[in-house]
Amino acid sequence: MSFEIALRHRIGETAIALDAHFTEPLTALVGPSGIGKTTVLNMIAGLVQPDCGRIAVNGNVLFDSAAGMDLPPEVRRAGYVFQDNRLFPHMRVRANLAYGERLSRPEHRWIGQAEAVAFLGIGHLLDRWPATLSGGEARRVAIGRALLAAPRFLLMDEPLTSLDAARREEILRVVERIRDELAIPILYISHSPAEVARLTSCVLRLP
Amino acid sequence: MTLPTSAEWDIVALSLKVSVAAMLACLPVAYALAWLLARRRFPGRMLLDAAVHLPLVLPPAVTGWVLLLLFGRTGPVGAWLERVLGITLMFRWTGAALAAAVMALPLAVRAMRLSIEAVDRRLVDAARSLGAGRIRAFATITLPLSLPGILAGAVLGFARSIGEFGATITFVSNIPGQTRTLPLAIYTGLQIPGTEMQVARLAAVSVVLSLVALLLSEWLVRRAGGGRAHVL
Repeated sequence: MSFEIALRHRIGETAIALDAHFTEPLTALVGPSGIGKTTVLNMIAGLVQPDCGRIAVNGNVLFDSAAGMDLPPEVRRAGYVFQDNRLFPHMRVRANLAYGERLSRPEHRWIGQAEAVAFLGIGHLLDRWPATLSGGEARRVAIGRALLAAPRFLLMDEPLTSLDAARREEILRVVERIRDELAIPILYISHSPAEVARLTSCVLRLP
Repeated sequence: MTLPTSAEWDIVALSLKVSVAAMLACLPVAYALAWLLARRRFPGRMLLDAAVHLPLVLPPAVTGWVLLLLFGRTGPVGAWLERVLGITLMFRWTGAALAAAVMALPLAVRAMRLSIEAVDRRLVDAARSLGAGRIRAFATITLPLSLPGILAGAVLGFARSIGEFGATITFVSNIPGQTRTLPLAIYTGLQIPGTEMQVARLAAVSVVLSLVALLLSEWLVRRAGGGRAHVL
């Protein structure tokens, strides 16, 4: 597993420059707020186009400005867990989980809905609407939705924010289990040194 | 006051037919325009926005006259329609429906545009990252989430069509059974002495139709919007 990232990007006053190659199961992306951590994830997911650079994950090139290559987000197979979850409000939890799975190719899938639901302990939530979920429940559903879309790698944007201490511990355990039990590289944004120390020794610092 | 006569019911039926046709013709065009104006930045966007709103502010007679120039037998679109498709709109109920659709367009676009702008683009990004292409993300996220605006636009457009007068009488005249809808029949009745009761009955039907349309749209939008959205 490996991420190779070389990026140059400017939005307004903020200039982002990142050159990194990392192979750990989980890499933490840290830095002060407003420095562009989320923008880096958006560029890897294909939601923001970098000014120039090259992005490859496990040898698959996703973006290469020199070669004129820019894969659209839907074929990058990024499992993106957004900071604000972004569950679809007009679909029940079951349909949210199935959204990406239905669009993925069967030969790419590596986890089934039953397995993901058991892994995350969200079986009792399947018929609920997103608006009725607590913060921790919504976060677990968002993680499940990303896992089920048959991703090649996970992007997690501060998955512990806006949770109380007990829920933070619960989600942290889920992340550790994904890291240890599912063979999928994770790029993880955090601003908590304690959280990072617990999860990984591979730290990427912006700027 | 007695119940409407069968000739008067025919006028009501014609009005409903014209308005339903106008609404169906207006919906896809209005939604496409609303989406363009809400989501795309392109040169001439302000101009398009202004052009869409023209029927709202122009004297309806001018709108009717422009339709006459374009869709008349010798107009560029009218001549093409007649030659290629064998369709004429002049003095037909289809022409009345076109006039009503054009007049309803700005109202429908406004309602739909607001609801498209209210759809969080970050949800569309989430759908893309989960494997949905642009079109699928639109069909599964933007379209269903803007449904309250589509319903509101449709019913407002319908109600506007029921009342359409100026552009219709200018474009396709006042032909009984073809283009004499409720407002035109009321106007015609007022020109003839002794038809006060007929005019009153038609006016009463107009009030009921408009009220039902408004209440229906309010109910539909509240249902689709989970109790938060409303038209009135």
